[in-house]
Amino acid sequence: MEDGTRKSGDLWSGVALAALGLYIIIQAGQWEYLGPEGPGPGFFPLWYGVAMLALSALLIVSNLRRGYARGNAIDWTKLGRAFSTWFALAVSVALFKPLGFVISFALLTYFIVAVMYRRPLKTAALVAVASAGGFYLVFDRALSVPLPVGVLGF
Amino acid sequence: MEIIAGLLNGFAVALEPANLLWCFVGVLLGTVVGILPGLGPPATIAMLLPLTFNMNPAGAIIMLAGIYYGAKYGGSTTSILMNVPGESASVVTCLDGYQMARKGRAGPALGIAAIASFVAGTVGVLGLMLVAPPIAKFALSFSSPEYFALMSLGLALVVLLAGRSIVKALLAALVGLWIASVGTDLFSGTSRFAFGQMELLSGIDFVVVAIGVFALAEVLANMEAREEAQLLPVPKGLKNLLPTMQDLKDCRFAFVNGSVIGFLVGALPGGGSTIASFLSYGLEKAVSPRREQFGTGVIEGVAAPEGANNSETGGALVPLLTLGIPGSGTTAILLAALVLWGFKPGPLFIPEHPALFWGLVASMYIGNVMLLILNLPLVPLFAQVLRMPVYVLYPLILGVSMVGVYSVSGSMFDLLLLMVFGLLGYLMRKLDYPSAPLILGLALGAGMERALRQSLMMSEGKLSILVSRPISTVMLSLAVLVLLIPMFGKLNAWRLRALEQG
Repeated sequence: MEDGTRKSGDLWSGVALAALGLYIIIQAGQWEYLGPEGPGPGFFPLWYGVAMLALSALLIVSNLRRGYARGNAIDWTKLGRAFSTWFALAVSVALFKPLGFVISFALLTYFIVAVMYRRPLKTAALVAVASAGGFYLVFDRALSVPLPVGVLGF
Repeated sequence: MEIIAGLLNGFAVALEPANLLWCFVGVLLGTVVGILPGLGPPATIAMLLPLTFNMNPAGAIIMLAGIYYGAKYGGSTTSILMNVPGESASVVTCLDGYQMARKGRAGPALGIAAIASFVAGTVGVLGLMLVAPPIAKFALSFSSPEYFALMSLGLALVVLLAGRSIVKALLAALVGLWIASVGTDLFSGTSRFAFGQMELLSGIDFVVVAIGVFALAEVLANMEAREEAQLLPVPKGLKNLLPTMQDLKDCRFAFVNGSVIGFLVGALPGGGSTIASFLSYGLEKAVSPRREQFGTGVIEGVAAPEGANNSETGGALVPLLTLGIPGSGTTAILLAALVLWGFKPGPLFIPEHPALFWGLVASMYIGNVMLLILNLPLVPLFAQVLRMPVYVLYPLILGVSMVGVYSVSGSMFDLLLLMVFGLLGYLMRKLDYPSAPLILGLALGAGMERALRQSLMMSEGKLSILVSRPISTVMLSLAVLVLLIPMFGKLNAWRLRALEQG
């Protein structure tokens, strides 16, 4: 990632981690720290929560002190491709319950081949059917590894 | 004598037909994985781990280890033919390997990579065989404070060598510790960080995090680009792959250098094969009479790093098997595998499971021979794997990842967690947070907390127990020193140079 982007990324990731550190400290404070039999469930989380808060504060402060450096702009096309893939993957997981693994995975593959790599629709359909069928035969049939089943029974 | 008897027993285990088959499957898969850019050993082992649950543990560990060291052999192929490392340990091989290929010497470059990998890989196994048993005996005297100190040192070393920013590496390790805390506290029965979800009471499965952070994140990062790299022609026929006598003579020191540096760096937690190959290349360049030609296609520049990254495997298994401390993301996944099969890596692992340890050692000797045979005459065949379109490969990786996670628990919730950790792994890459400390933090988190709490129970709450015993004092002091290295200009410059070139 380029300079300017990284700096703002450092800042926001630092803020997110500081919030996580604070949450850990607050949660750990509700559990026993030291009991008659030794350290309680709050002991270890409290210490790494404090360390997380301190380190993320260091990241934020050092970032602010360096100031904003103009760097190359974020490559939205690249990010868009990665996030689109992630979103398609999440949708296919959500479809496991109604459609089952085989159909959902075929749809995911079709999307990646046809939309992300802009291959002909026939190629995309062929790859999608072959890979989904291959998964069914190898995992479900040959290896007896269970695949999520949909309302159609596969 | 004990070692010879152990090794003979090990060969009896490794030569069982089923184990031989798993060894072959492992090294074959490893070679393919090493060749394919964008799919590394940690991602592959994490994806395949759930499928080994029903296997015989000996066969399973032999296969997973085969993937681990097999990938090191395969990694050089893409470095030499495409100038794209198949995995991080082969980055340095690009420097001279690709230049050799451009000058029409792809055959000897591929050949010397396979020979150096075989020589150093075998030396690495020899080192593992000789060093592991005495270290395990020594570690028998360790108690909770020593284990806590050792795990702290291991984590500190990983943090030091994982990324440019120590702060970010430490934060990644702390997030790993936090994920390890999710679920029910085994000492008190208190539920921690479960967000009211029943599914989180038993904790977050290591496999889900490892597959998300490694495999899914790798695919997402690779999906950013649509274009594919170009492949240089692969010479056909064994004769064209064999280096000349002069080549072998030029590589004499590189074989020794790669073997020794690789093993030593491997045994050091956090070292890893990338650092080993870089150091070995640097040393080779420093002592070579033709050091100014390095980077233009010098054969020693291929032999030294390729040897080092293979010898590193043997070294990396020493702390894993004798102390239960993994030194990298891949060995952390192997640790999880051993624990899932019901074993406890540590000082008692060798005496309690001699067949497993010696079977693994013997299988690595056999696996290295298999890899030499596979990688010399069959390299042109393997290179065809690179012609597989990425739009076929990436959905397959995503599919295996999802099936792998679902097969562990049959839980849709774990698949949702997989999505979360895949996104987290991708964002970590984009923001320059190394993933190895997170995985190590997760793998060591529960053990570290247990060791710390047991130590404080022993001392009735006094933290001084950690610094009043000589071994734990030394290790904790080293851990602190390691984390202070970035404050020393010259040492930090060396660290950053190593990370940049690695």
